[in-house]
Amino acid sequence: MEEFVKPVIQVKSLDLSYDDYVVMRNLNFSVNKGEIFIVMGVSGCGKSTLLKALIGLKQPQAGEVLYNGVSFWAQDEITQQKIMRGFGVLYQGGALWSSFTLGENVALPLQLCSNLSASQIREIVELKLALVGLRGQVDFYPEQISGGMRKRAALARAIALDPEVIFFDEPSAGLDPLSSRMLDDLILQLRNTLKATIVVVSHELASIFAVGDKAAFLDTESKSMVTIGAPKELLANSKDSRVIQFLTRGVNKERG
Amino acid sequence: MPAEKIVLDYSKAKTLCIRLNGDWLITTGIPKVNEVIERITQPKDIQQLAFDTSGIGKWDSGLVAFLFHLIRECEHKHIGVDFQGLPSGAQKLLALALKINEKAPTERRQDNSFFIRVADKALKLTDNILSLLNFLGEIAVAFGRLIMGRVYFRWDEFMVILQHCGADALVLVSLISVLVGIILAFIGASQLKLFGAQIYIANIVGIGMVRVMGAMMAAILISGRTGASFAAELGLMQTNEEIDALQTLGVSPVEFLVIPRILALVIMMPLLTLYADLMGILGGFIMSITLLGLNPVEYWQHTLSSVTLSNLWVGLIHSFVFGIIIAVAGCFHGMQCRRSASAVGEATTAGVVSAIISIVIATAVITFVCQVLGV
Repeated sequence: MEEFVKPVIQVKSLDLSYDDYVVMRNLNFSVNKGEIFIVMGVSGCGKSTLLKALIGLKQPQAGEVLYNGVSFWAQDEITQQKIMRGFGVLYQGGALWSSFTLGENVALPLQLCSNLSASQIREIVELKLALVGLRGQVDFYPEQISGGMRKRAALARAIALDPEVIFFDEPSAGLDPLSSRMLDDLILQLRNTLKATIVVVSHELASIFAVGDKAAFLDTESKSMVTIGAPKELLANSKDSRVIQFLTRGVNKERG
Repeated sequence: MPAEKIVLDYSKAKTLCIRLNGDWLITTGIPKVNEVIERITQPKDIQQLAFDTSGIGKWDSGLVAFLFHLIRECEHKHIGVDFQGLPSGAQKLLALALKINEKAPTERRQDNSFFIRVADKALKLTDNILSLLNFLGEIAVAFGRLIMGRVYFRWDEFMVILQHCGADALVLVSLISVLVGIILAFIGASQLKLFGAQIYIANIVGIGMVRVMGAMMAAILISGRTGASFAAELGLMQTNEEIDALQTLGVSPVEFLVIPRILALVIMMPLLTLYADLMGILGGFIMSITLLGLNPVEYWQHTLSSVTLSNLWVGLIHSFVFGIIIAVAGCFHGMQCRRSASAVGEATTAGVVSAIISIVIATAVITFVCQVLGV
């Protein structure tokens, strides 16, 4: 019998390493359609490395990443590129192409992956920028706008093709509380309106509790995933002192 | 003086009491901890260390650093330490510093012996050569796709690169080429004067510039200017994850970023070289007419008769090869850049240095081949 909710992403016994330096061992989890999945952990625990393996930029040492049942790293390059076009990625620093205007940044994915006419593309670009609150700023260059605006523009680019899966790398890093909150709201809206599946790498507690349906905790010492569950439930019920310390900023060290 | 600041009291059995006196400030100097450790461990039966700081004046983290070092040494030698006698602030700071366990060395080895370093360098060199070959392969594939019309080519961006490589460099190329022409004329004049054959300066300047000097001077200028900018630009894009963002779109960064740059330089280098040739001949001409008093018409005719079409072709082949070398070196080092500001600097340096070295080697090879072929 087919399951009611299908997993969009499945990670099976994934090992990550840089040459002989092991980052994470034996990761297993799955993300269902329309879910907001958080990967959390202290700085340097391997969150961003895991993200790179998920978006197809870093080949894992062992294990599998499956998208809709297709094992990504077992495919040839052309199929991998096709799968990658179904992703939207918001990089930590935005990673907007600095020689392009905001409009050109958002337009490029559309020019590359669709057959739309220039005027249709222009309309979509304006819509996407308006969705992230950057209406009328099509002709600005990334260097002319603030860090928060740059992130929002990068989000507009990430959602240009209405991707099935959107990845966020530290969305609130370097943002003030209000901009960070605004980005959280955008993440929720994207899930609710576009029905996108969302993976967020974060260590920002406020964001984790605000948007996360499910969260996984990566531990540096054991180089593995310690726990997985809804953030609020983890806070209430987890027996693992590392998770509790993380979720309470180290205030509650032990729980009986 | 250490002797006044530190007094060792051996009056109790098995316990050493260290009395600290005076000011312990970073700015006024702190006694060396090794001297103290030697004196502590001389009586073998010391098992406990205590402090008396009733005579201490002002102190700062210099005192804490001294004690921190001392206490860790005592831990190694299994000597117990009693913190009671220390100022309470110093006790708290020490507790904070000692709370975090020293991590055992990580899994990465740290062997700095000569042979290991040589082997590391050799392995790195092989890696570099392999990745360069890989890069060249990617470029070849991308050019194949470009010819078949399967590459997304942004013409407006390409035009900007063309302008940056070509038109923007004209002033610099003019200046350097005119000066090189003048220098060639000067050197030639001083020797040819001995034979009364000064008019042959026209031949030296003409053939020298057209055959190799024009191309080489333009190439060295362009590698410092455009090659460096390619390496820095791509390196910074790598640092800012802009190249990752391209890859997630399923776009090959080589097709999107490297191909337009190589094409632009391959088109622009021969044009710049022709321009540099003309400017160099002009420099020699001005020099010969004004300072050496040669007849302008005669000079012009000598230039025309000595510079043959084959000289021009040799110069253009040089420039074509140099264009490829500069663009590939700059782009390769930019794409290989690690993710930090210093890495961008290293990539730029490596791009320019490897381009200039390759240019000189290529010149030698082309000259040799021309010699063998009799061109």
